[in-house]
Order: sequence, then C-alpha cells, then structure tokens
Amino acid sequence: MTDAVMNAGRVAFQADGSTGARKGVQVNRLDGGLIKGSKALTFTFDGKSYKGFEGDTLASALLANGVRLMGRSFKYHRPRGVLTSGSEEPNALVELRSGGRQEPNTRATVAELYDGLEANSQNRWPSLQHDFMAINDRFSNFLTAGFYYKTFMWPAAFWEKLYEPIIRKAAGLGSISFEADPDAYDKGFLHCDLLVIGAGPTGLMAALTAGRAGAQVIIADEDFLLGGRLNAETFGVGDLTGAAWVEQAQAELAAMPNVRVMPRTTIIGAFDHGIYGAVERVSDHVLAPEAGKPRQILWRIYSKRAMLAAGATERPIAFENNDRPGVMLAGAVRAYANRWAVTPDQTVAVFTNNDDGHRTAADLIAKGVKVTAVIDTRPDAPKVEGAELFAGAQVIDTKGRLGLEWARVRLANGTTRDVPCGALAVSGGWNPNVHLTCHQRGRPAWREDIAAFVPAGELPQNMSVAGAANGDFSTAAALRAGAEGAVAALSELGIETKAGDLPEAEDAPVNVTPFWYVKEGKGRAWLDQQNDVTVKDVKLAHQENFRSVEHLKRYTTLGMATDQGKTSNMGGLAIMAELAGKQIPEVGTTMFRPPYTPVSFGVMAGRSVGEEFRPTRKTPSHKWAEEQGAVFVEVGQWLRAQWFPKAGETHWRQSVDREVLQTRNSVGICDVTTLGKIDVQGKDAAEFLNKIYANAFAKLPVGKVRYGLMLREDGIAYDDGTAARFAEDHFVVTTTTANAVLVYRNMEFARQCLFPDMDVQLISTTEAWAQFAVAGPNARKLLQKVVDPEFDISNEAFPFMGCGEITVAGGCRARLFRISFSGELAYEIAVPTRYGDAMIRKLMEAGEEFGAVPYGTEALGVMRIEKGHAAGNELNGTTSALNLGMGKMVSKKKDCIGNTLSEREGMNQEDALKLVGFKPVNAADPVQAGAHLMNADGEVSAATDQGYITSAAYSPVLGCSIGIGFLKSGDSRKGEVIRAVNPLEGKEIQVEVVSAHFVDPEGERLRG
Amino acid sequence: MIINHPILGPRDSQEFTYLGDAALIDRPDWQAENAADQFHDYLYLRDNPAGEHRELWFHEQGDRSWLVVTRNTVTHEILNVELARDVARARGRSK
Repeated sequence: MTDAVMNAGRVAFQADGSTGARKGVQVNRLDGGLIKGSKALTFTFDGKSYKGFEGDTLASALLANGVRLMGRSFKYHRPRGVLTSGSEEPNALVELRSGGRQEPNTRATVAELYDGLEANSQNRWPSLQHDFMAINDRFSNFLTAGFYYKTFMWPAAFWEKLYEPIIRKAAGLGSISFEADPDAYDKGFLHCDLLVIGAGPTGLMAALTAGRAGAQVIIADEDFLLGGRLNAETFGVGDLTGAAWVEQAQAELAAMPNVRVMPRTTIIGAFDHGIYGAVERVSDHVLAPEAGKPRQILWRIYSKRAMLAAGATERPIAFENNDRPGVMLAGAVRAYANRWAVTPDQTVAVFTNNDDGHRTAADLIAKGVKVTAVIDTRPDAPKVEGAELFAGAQVIDTKGRLGLEWARVRLANGTTRDVPCGALAVSGGWNPNVHLTCHQRGRPAWREDIAAFVPAGELPQNMSVAGAANGDFSTAAALRAGAEGAVAALSELGIETKAGDLPEAEDAPVNVTPFWYVKEGKGRAWLDQQNDVTVKDVKLAHQENFRSVEHLKRYTTLGMATDQGKTSNMGGLAIMAELAGKQIPEVGTTMFRPPYTPVSFGVMAGRSVGEEFRPTRKTPSHKWAEEQGAVFVEVGQWLRAQWFPKAGETHWRQSVDREVLQTRNSVGICDVTTLGKIDVQGKDAAEFLNKIYANAFAKLPVGKVRYGLMLREDGIAYDDGTAARFAEDHFVVTTTTANAVLVYRNMEFARQCLFPDMDVQLISTTEAWAQFAVAGPNARKLLQKVVDPEFDISNEAFPFMGCGEITVAGGCRARLFRISFSGELAYEIAVPTRYGDAMIRKLMEAGEEFGAVPYGTEALGVMRIEKGHAAGNELNGTTSALNLGMGKMVSKKKDCIGNTLSEREGMNQEDALKLVGFKPVNAADPVQAGAHLMNADGEVSAATDQGYITSAAYSPVLGCSIGIGFLKSGDSRKGEVIRAVNPLEGKEIQVEVVSAHFVDPEGERLRG
Repeated sequence: MIINHPILGPRDSQEFTYLGDAALIDRPDWQAENAADQFHDYLYLRDNPAGEHRELWFHEQGDRSWLVVTRNTVTHEILNVELARDVARARGRSK
C-alpha cells in the first residue's frame, strides 16, 4: 500500500515546506493550492516551452501560463479553450507525446504534468491561431444537423471517392503516428468485498468505514489525487482543511492491509454479477514507463458489493458565443483556483442559476482575483460580497478574438451591460454521475428539488450509490451516505459494523432554478462543444421530427465522441422537452454505455499483440525442422513445416516436387502431431463411436484401424479421421488439425448430454503424443531399424489398417498405425511427446540409406490430392457423405449423429455433386482451385453451373496440374471434357473428368 | 458473468463455451415414425425467450463438464446451474 500512497502523488502545499507563495511565477499563477512548488517542470505545447509544477495537469499549467486557446472544434474549427477541470472535458483535446507513444484526443484536464511532457493541439492547419479550415465556420448554415444526410446524397458514386475523403480530412480529431507502441500493457484480476468507485468525501468515508470493519476493500479514483471536490473547495472537514482530512484518511487506508487504494484508476464499466472493468494508468504521468512496468493495466474486479461514489458533473448554460476560450464551468474555475492555484484570467465574471456559482466568485475574490460581475438568472439571487451582482440577468453574447474579452449582459430592467472579463465562470447546476448505474438496466429518475437525474430503476447487481452521485450534494451528506452505505453493504455480507462518529462539514442545501439556455440572440448558442451542436440544431432536429432522445443524439451527434455528452446531454434533452411541450422526465435520457471515459486499444489488447496475439504451438520436431532450414506455415495455432528447401533449390515447387517424388520412390517422413487425438475408453466405447461416426465401429477388431466420417446433426459431413482399437474397451480417435478442439467438445456433448449412462470416458491426448508419418516403398524397411525386434511388422503380421502398441529404440513406448494419407505403403508412429525430437532424428538417421526425405504440408497436400483424399477444402460445411462418394458408408442400421437428416430429399438428388478428379486437356494448363465447372458448350452462368474445383496441385508424378472437386453426377461423367472457368481472372481451360484417385487407384501400394 | 459450477463453485464465464438451448439434450428417437420431422424441429426450431432460458455451457477451460444454466436473458441473472448429465438422466436419456 505504501507504493499506492507514493503513486497517489498527494502533495499538499504544507508538505513541501514552502509557504505556497507562487503568485505570478506564471502569469496566472496564484498562491496556495495543492501543487508542489519546489521544482518547476518544463513542458511544450505546439512546440513552445512552458513551466508548470508537480501536481499540475496540462490544462492547469497552460492556464497558469495564460494559454486559453487549446483546440479547434470538430466541425467548424472554432477556437476553443478548456471548459472543465476533469474527465468530462469536451474541448481541450491534445495529442500527447510523439512517435510510437503519441496518443490523440487526450484531455488536457486529466493529463498529469511531468518534466518533458510534449503536447500538440489537433484538428488545425497550419496552426492553432490560424486555422485554414475555420472557413467551415462561414458555411455553418450549410453544415447544420443532418448535413451529411442531406448534402451528400447525390450522386451516390461521389460519396466514396469525393465526399467522404474530404469530410474525413476536414473533420476529425487527433492523429496517430503509425509507429508501434513501445510500451507494455497488462491485464489483471482483483477480488473484494466492497469496491468503492470514487475517492471523494463519500468514497473515502465508505472505504474508512469498511476498512475499519476488516472487509476487503478496493477504492479507485480516476484522479491522481484522492479527495474529489474536497481538493477543489475551501470547505473544512471537522477541524481540518478538506485536503488535510483527505491526507489523513488516505494515510489510515494505506495502513490497512485489507484496503487497496487505486488512484489513476477509472472504473470504465459495470458488468454482470458484480464484475467491474478498471483501467489503471500506471505510467502515463512519467516520461516513459520504468523498466518492467506497464503503461496501463486493465483490471477485472470481482466485487461482492460496490458503491458508486462518483460525484457529480457541472452543466453549462447555453448562450450566444458561449464557446469562446475563457468561458468555463464555474466549478472548474474554482478547482483551478483552489487546487492548482491558477486563475484562467485576471478578470473573471460569473454566470449562474444556482448558489454554487457564488462560491466561485467568493473563492476567487479571496484569492485576489478581480470578479467583475456575478450574473444570476434568479431575480432573488443571494447577495455577493466584493463583486457587482446582476440578479435576474442573462449573458446574451460574448466578444473577443481567440479568447473572451467581454460578455454582454441583459439586465433585469431590460438594458444591456458589457462586462469585461477574460474568463466567464458558468454554472447551470450539477448532474449526478449516474453513468455506471445505467450500464445494466438502470434508468435514472428526475428529481425536481435538485433539477437533475438521479440513479433509479434496476441498478447493476449489488451496487449502491451514495453522495453527490445520488444527488446528496453537501459534504456532510456525502460523509454520512458513505459511512451508512458501507455499513449497509457489509451487513449484507454478514459483517456487522457501525458508521461511527462523522466529522462535521458544510451542509448547504441545493438552491437551483433550472435554466438551460438563453433565448435571446440570433447567433449560435453551443450545447455540445465537442460535436459543434447548437441549440438551433436541436430545434432543427425536432422540426424534422427526430423527437426521441436517441434519434436526437444520432441526427445531431449531440453527446457523441470522447466526452459522451457529459456536459451537454442534459441541456439538449431539456430543450427537446421544452419544444415537445413535455416534462424532462418524460423525454428521458439516452443510454449510457461502457466505457465511462475513453480507453486505449493498447490496454484492451494487453500482451496479446504481435506474435503474442495468440499462443504459438510448435510440433515436437520443430527444433529439428528449424535446423533443416524448413519453411513454416501457420495451421491454426500450430507452426508446421511447409517444405524443406535444399541447397540449390530456388523455387518452392522444386522442394515440394522432390519431397513428393522421393516419398513415392523411396520414403518420406512428416510430423503429423497436430492432428487431434482423443482417447476413448470404457465398456461402451465401441457403441459410443457408433453414435459419433456415420459408419459402423462396433465390429472393428482389436488391433485394427478404421477410417471414420463424422456428420453434423443436419447430415453435412463434419470431420474425418481414424479410430484405432487397442483393446475391447480402448480406442484412439484422430481428428483433423482444425477441428481437434471442436470434435472433442462435441464428443463430450454426446457423452454427457445425449448418452449419459454409457460407460465411456474421453480425454484429449493431442499434446501427449508426437506422431510421424513414414511413407513410401521403403517405409517398412526403415521402421524395422527403429522398432524393437520383438515386434513383427511384416506385411503378414502387421497388415494395412493394423495398429498396435510397440516399443522403439530399445524400450521406448510407442504406438504404430498402418494408415496412409499419401497412398503409399505408410505407417504413423507415435511416441510420448518428450521423445518426439529424438524420434525424428532417429527416423532420419535410420532412413539415410534409403535417402529418406522429410516432407512438409505442401507435399502432404500434393500427395493427398493425387490420391483423391478429402480434406478441409472438401469437408467445407456444405458437402454430404454422398457428395464425397461415401454415401454407402453411412450406416442405415444404426443411430448416429446426422444420419436421420442426411436422408432428406434435398440432400439426395439424382444429379447430386460427386467428388471426382480433373486433368487439363492441354497438359500445360494449370487447374485452379475455386474454378467453376461448366459443360463443354453453352453459356457460363450460375444457372448452368455444374460444380467447382476444391483442391488443385501440380502433380510431379503425372507431370501436370490436377484437381479434385464436386461435379453434378460426377461419378457417371468420367471421360467427359468440360470447362473449368474463373470469371474473376477471365480464365477458362478444358478439363477431363477422371477418377479422383490419380495415383494407384487400386490401392496396391498401401497394401504392399 | 459468473457461473456457479455445481462442482467447482463460482467460475468466470470466460472459462466456458456457450452452445445454446438445453432442448438440444432432447434428441429425438431415430426410429420414431416421424423421425425426420422431429429431427428438423430439434435442430432448427428454438424459442428465443426474453426471460428464463435453460441453456448449455461447456466448461472447456475447466473440468469439461457440460452444464445446464438457467439464466434470465434480460437481466443475466443465473437462477440455477446443473450438470447436464444429471439433467439428461432426469429427462430419460439413460439407456
């Protein structure tokens, strides 16, 4: 926990020994605050160097340096400054860092300042001060809500080539560097009794109460400083300042081993069953992550109970030209002054509809900032000390180039007054942060007394809400709600505790009169500054009948993008309600969905990037194959040798042809470990396989292997392989590489769900055995050198389709199968995986006198096509046993998965597709997989389609290209010449229909 | 989601693979008079309830049990978890 405290970066002004006297160090720097004054940090913005302090954000440091202009708006490229002091910021988006670490659209309000920080403004050219695209602003009448839909309708072809590229270039936010991110991101899992979301007075009090009771507690806050609004206000807690109380609470929490304090951690979503997603920014506040540390961690937090203590967000009031840099939220202005010792300008005015705005005026005045006026919409506004009050007044316009210079005020008596101010602090009231309560099914309810939505409906399982997030805005209410909420949550878990004595704190009532926008003025009053949505846009949407709030959002883009309308949604729907003549609760809110704030792709990916994107599985002979210079190919997660180039070979075909010919002429060896292997044992093993395979297995003798075809329940061919019977109650089943996991899953389904009382057990042994195919006329001679002499593997003793348990190399346990995929005399020999490497070396050594070659997946593929064996291309999810020429294999005498529906009429048409072979009439023509088959004459069309070629290869045995595929009534069309067409490439060749068994059609070789 | 495995206790749903309606346990008799129709219904027709749903989950990253999970599809509340094998037996699938 000590680390957590250190990381929290809590540095009160008392702690650094200075007086906090810093006024004027930067142009708008004040005294006091919670920044560390001992050492100035250097940073750059748009290439210009500035100074700030530890504890600053980029936004506070820029304001301190008199920089109000921080960005350009999305659509109109209007100059914009910072609006808020938190994660809800719509305007001050920057590109942080550069190169591979460049991060676009980062809110300057949450970017923690560090020495050497580099930030650039975005969405402007050539510079923030002179933005060429600001011309968009002149055409604003043309770019209103729905302009995409209205303007770019015609001609349709222009959209992709002309409109979209232009819009994409003109509009948009930050850019990325296209360089690889050098940093690591991690994922982690945490468990707790109580998760406290937010570390303001509510959250801290809850964590203290639960921690003292001995519960496992996690308290997370997106800020690097715990305390929430206590850092931004001048309120005391008990006899301490707010900040000092926070420090004390944090120290107590840090000393509890059962409490985990997580600053810089945003809870991004509330998921099912008490699971929360959290992003911890471990290294975003330093120049580069420390060695071995990730930049960010994505946590999955399993909580028994959770308390949302996320506070509230202030909302603005819309009026003409309210987007000028310098117009800010009143609570933010107060936070900059109290926490960061910064004023946005030396003269500030306040525009408010509630008492909270008056606090800003009072705090600024106390800090020596000139407050030129407090403009309060309420005629009965409370008195103000030290500034002029305009009660019942409204701001109707502002002026100033690239920043606010003065505000025009309509006074209660109807006259206007121009109030000079470099900053205007606006407060329209506060919205509880209900977002996480809506991530499941919660729908907020309207509370008239505070003029805001509060959590309601079905909250995420075991979540409670307390403090400002629940509409309890005073510090005293927050402390009380935190303590009582923790007691209630723990009580549900069987931990009884008491709230204890709470410190005294301010308990001011909420005093707000709803006021959403100033009606006066013809210009634009901005609601959503991030998306450039105005009051007029909302009116237009309403006029055009987009009246549901969800439609309003999509038509106007109100509430979209990085801030998700945290400061703008409320205004939009209040205006919508007014236009529709409805009450606000009748209009309702749009859905809040995770994430709460933007999340980087990096942390979502975690370590699953590049080669680590998924596991890489290597075959037991991988190391040996590497030594041979093999070329590898990805087959699912596996890396398999594709071919083994020899010196002098310049083209892969040379290697593959050699491997094929040498195997067919002498002997070749291939690692076939990747095929799925499933051990099936039990009294009912044979009966079980009868259910799984379309063909019969009950009568397979011990010591024999049989080819097996599996169907899906709909009758389509699913997978094929072999089943070897080692004992009455023991089979070893193989599957294709691709389906190894799925076949096992389906077999378990059949075992547990369909035939629950069969005496049969399954286990996947794919990784347990290294298996090699040894194929070719010299295969037996080679194996006889490896297999221990007491095992007779002569043709008589160990015929085709035999299997047995043997030993090799003087006692090593092994399994031998006499099966052939290549069509040659062939065996597959399996040894425990740890002997796989030794086995390949042994086999190659024994094969030296025969010129044995290793062969890869390409030669494997060529040989199976030459032999007409079906593989993935043929078992492609649309073909039946009938199509594959195995219709007779499907037993009608027994029940098996798929046999009933395989008898459907549609799957048994007379002209059904049949697997056959194709040879080019002109031997030089290449046969292409994917080519469609057409009759010798007639048009080429889907209607005349006769089938398609599934697999093709150059056959070094036949000296020409060959293919196999599906042809209508193919089995009765041998000798016919038809066309194989590839309209995509404009190719067409003549092919002769032949048997798919190009090599050794009688199967003499494999029985020899 | 968290699935309370009847043998292993609460496990994260990431450890499981989802299949679908637990009605897949009720595989028809291949010798029934209208077997083809029954298999058609079995394979292709599913209810899609907003509310309680009995469904099959496979603990692939765990003990490889097939489970019947009764879940509210609206709230994701999990009301019951049983071994599919027990369910299959109870539904008369013992041979």
